[in-house]
Amino acid sequence: MFAVYGTKLPSRLILGTARYPSPDILAQAVRASGAAAVTVSLRRENVSDAPGRSSGDRFWSMIKALDVPVLPNTAGCHSVKEAVTTAHMAREIFDTSWIKLEVIGNHDTLQPDVFALVEAARILCADGFHVFPYTTDDLVVADRLLDAGCEVLMPWCAPIGSAKGPTDPDALRSLRGHFPDVPLIVDAGIGRPSHAACVMELGYDAVLLNTAVARADDPVYMARAFSGAVKAGRTAWHAGVLEPRDTAVPSTPVIGMAAFS
Amino acid sequence: METIGLMINGSPVAARARRLDMLLSEFSYEGDWLATAVNGELVRREERAVCALKEGDRIEILSPMQGG
Repeated sequence: MFAVYGTKLPSRLILGTARYPSPDILAQAVRASGAAAVTVSLRRENVSDAPGRSSGDRFWSMIKALDVPVLPNTAGCHSVKEAVTTAHMAREIFDTSWIKLEVIGNHDTLQPDVFALVEAARILCADGFHVFPYTTDDLVVADRLLDAGCEVLMPWCAPIGSAKGPTDPDALRSLRGHFPDVPLIVDAGIGRPSHAACVMELGYDAVLLNTAVARADDPVYMARAFSGAVKAGRTAWHAGVLEPRDTAVPSTPVIGMAAFS
Repeated sequence: METIGLMINGSPVAARARRLDMLLSEFSYEGDWLATAVNGELVRREERAVCALKEGDRIEILSPMQGG
């Protein structure tokens, strides 16, 4: 069974909660996916909301009813200070030491600022947080994040929301090879179930995705499809995937073939 | 009672409250799903009653929302 920070997770899929057509479809998709956890975020509370009826309250009540662990994020933070403060506020609300640490470095690509990420990770790990860092597939950055105290890494496979799937499988393979014992979760860039299966076939431990499910024509069906793809990829990795080769190899034995000439 | 100028979630307000817990009541922010920060530093629930406010303080009041 897959475990992070000492917590065993019942599946290898973590699902985001944003951009669904409705709260009800979100809830159905989470259940259909069998997600091990769901990501959540924080926003400024609107003073005009009537007491006890705020959207934050309604959303949080709905998530709690799903009875799935939450992984709060620091989405939208662009500095160490913002990310650290947001993480502390998330711990206050969600009562968990888990934090998906995002420090964005570029507005267009939503690429992580890996320098600020490492610094924020060091601060938060020292403060008792269990940090899930959203990072690139860079080996050296990965090393620094582990040095900072992270026990899991979450490299992207393509920019957030791009749906491109693994654009550099070799880099993901290299990361897996260098850190065989570190839980690796692909976060961001997955667009279709075959992408999820692909990274799981590379030996990744889990995937985190949101938009590919939330923006599908039928998010509930797509959640089910991703659930199956993640399991298929993991099973294939255990089974041992055949590596590609440059020459043809007959699958039917040639020994004993009749000679007609 | 005189008011002081504060920023709540980026918007200027005139507040009578001189403590964070009083400010939340004054502006009808209620509920245990809220997290607060003053000038970029978390103020925990149990600290709000002793968190004094002064002119120009920047208050952030956050609540859960959907996230990826």
